[in-house]
Amino acid sequence: MLAASPRQLFWRRFRKETTALIGLVVIIAFFLVAVFAPVLSPYDPLGQHIPSSLAAPGGEHWFGADKLGRDIFSRIAYGARISLLSGVAVITLAGLFGSFVGMFAGYAGGWMDESLMRVTDIFFAFPSLILAMAIAGALGPSLQNALIAVAVVTWPVYARLVRGQVLVLREREFVQAARSVGATNSLIIRRHLFPNTLSPLLVQASFDMGGVILAVAGLSFIGFGAQPPMPEWGVMISEGRNYITTHWWLTFFPAISMLFAVAGFNLVGDGLRDVLDPRLRK
Amino acid sequence: MARFILRRLAGLVFVLLGVSLLTFFLAQIVPVDPAATALGSNAREEQIVAYRQQLGLDQPPPVQYLNYVQRLLRGDLGQSIRTRRPVIDDLIDYLPATIELSLAAMLVAVLIGVPLGMLASLRRNSWLDAGARLFALVGGSMPIFYIGLLALGIFYRQLRWLPGPGRLDATMQPPTQITGLFTVDALLTGNWPVLGNALSHLLLPALVLGYFSAAVLLRMTRSSMLEMMGQDYVRTARAKGLGEQIIVGRHVFKNALPPILTTVGITFGSLLSGAVLTETIFSWPGLGRYATTSVTTLDYPAVMGVTLVAAFIYPLVNTVVDIGYSVIDPRIRVN
Repeated sequence: MLAASPRQLFWRRFRKETTALIGLVVIIAFFLVAVFAPVLSPYDPLGQHIPSSLAAPGGEHWFGADKLGRDIFSRIAYGARISLLSGVAVITLAGLFGSFVGMFAGYAGGWMDESLMRVTDIFFAFPSLILAMAIAGALGPSLQNALIAVAVVTWPVYARLVRGQVLVLREREFVQAARSVGATNSLIIRRHLFPNTLSPLLVQASFDMGGVILAVAGLSFIGFGAQPPMPEWGVMISEGRNYITTHWWLTFFPAISMLFAVAGFNLVGDGLRDVLDPRLRK
Repeated sequence: MARFILRRLAGLVFVLLGVSLLTFFLAQIVPVDPAATALGSNAREEQIVAYRQQLGLDQPPPVQYLNYVQRLLRGDLGQSIRTRRPVIDDLIDYLPATIELSLAAMLVAVLIGVPLGMLASLRRNSWLDAGARLFALVGGSMPIFYIGLLALGIFYRQLRWLPGPGRLDATMQPPTQITGLFTVDALLTGNWPVLGNALSHLLLPALVLGYFSAAVLLRMTRSSMLEMMGQDYVRTARAKGLGEQIIVGRHVFKNALPPILTTVGITFGSLLSGAVLTETIFSWPGLGRYATTSVTTLDYPAVMGVTLVAAFIYPLVNTVVDIGYSVIDPRIRVN
């Protein structure tokens, strides 16, 4: 009988994590909604139709309509694109930059490591939303600037994580062996160190996806991120805030979408951590 | 112990220098001339130039930064463009409201998160455990601003059970200032009507803000307790016939405490972030609201001041927690 490949082993273990599987299904559903938003949306997300103003959920508007008669379901579907893309963009940006810094610090060691880690300390000192708000405000309120701001406050986590991994890995036998047969630093980093930091990176990225979605929505809610009429979930809640008790659907559906999307990523993060980190496995 | 504290404080000074550099850099990239903004749209060009000179803005950035640090060391955070007051005076006015809200939220978080986390770990895989985990999952995934708006809508606008935004009713006079924390000052001066009013205003924002930290604490308490329950010394305690209460209280919880305490410190930083949104929703006149208004109006001396103070509080709390941690667990000191 053939031995299972690492991928098969991973999947075999992940399948046993029921809550993580539920999270994965939720995330896939949101990605499908985001990709097929133009097909799924019965209306133009920006199209105003005053006669439908504040229409309750029903056959015509599944999730109701907002004050300007815009279809909330269509806006939620397009909003999924914005939120998921925001998450992916920030994690990619922060993850790549942070990993590069962490890899460099951990591998170089000495004063370089010490200096780079003190720089991450400085970023960790700020409450993230206050720094993100200050950056977004300085650059000007827009979704793109909010993403840059959130990426700026997110990268140090990856730098610390990768650096910690590299510090352990660089002393391991397989790295020492590679060095002894004359492998260059660049080859050791690319072939041996980086692939071995991927598991914790994946877990962290999964948790951070949810955090980023919430942070971007929070910035948009207070006016420093996406701007109206963009169908971003935080903007939608901000626009519907005065109707929260009279026309609940204006804020409920964007909030519940955010809850499911973020919870989905958190559950997958939990599952990945249990599967990929044997020390924490139940 | 003294060396440990000194080392932590030295690190704090370095972090603060870096923080000041970062806030200075932020002010440099704002596409607004602080002198022109401060003087208003009717100011003549020569007036703006003169004011720029007066503020030292005509100097090269490194010189400006050195001047900025020198002023900081004297406790001078500059003057707010919007309020036209020294930023430090504004912060002294706004900070107590945030401290009061954060402490109340932390109290809520500890009172809900720790006992619920303990119960969940003791009844592992039961309905209670599932409910607690769901509570934590929702807490970590729900947008805080929606919960805040909903709570305000239901308990203030609809049911009228609790008062609306702000720290006190408009008809109430704040208590004589001692700490700046209305509840504490009212208690110290025996001003019971104000105490009741301040508590009723504090309840909703503290519950909203505290819920999210409670979720984090619950998870940490549960996992920390579960880890300790699997230790050999717990098995030994059980084998020698100790009662469950003693095992949990004396062996499990006591050893599970350090990571919970660390989480309290870390969560405090996220409370300050959460306070930005909570204070905006509840019109709570604290640092978060001051920061939001300052960024909106591009009042960058104020933004620099508030980010600096916020960035000072977080590592300070963490340093205090680390010192506390080293008191509980001497191994930390050694390492």
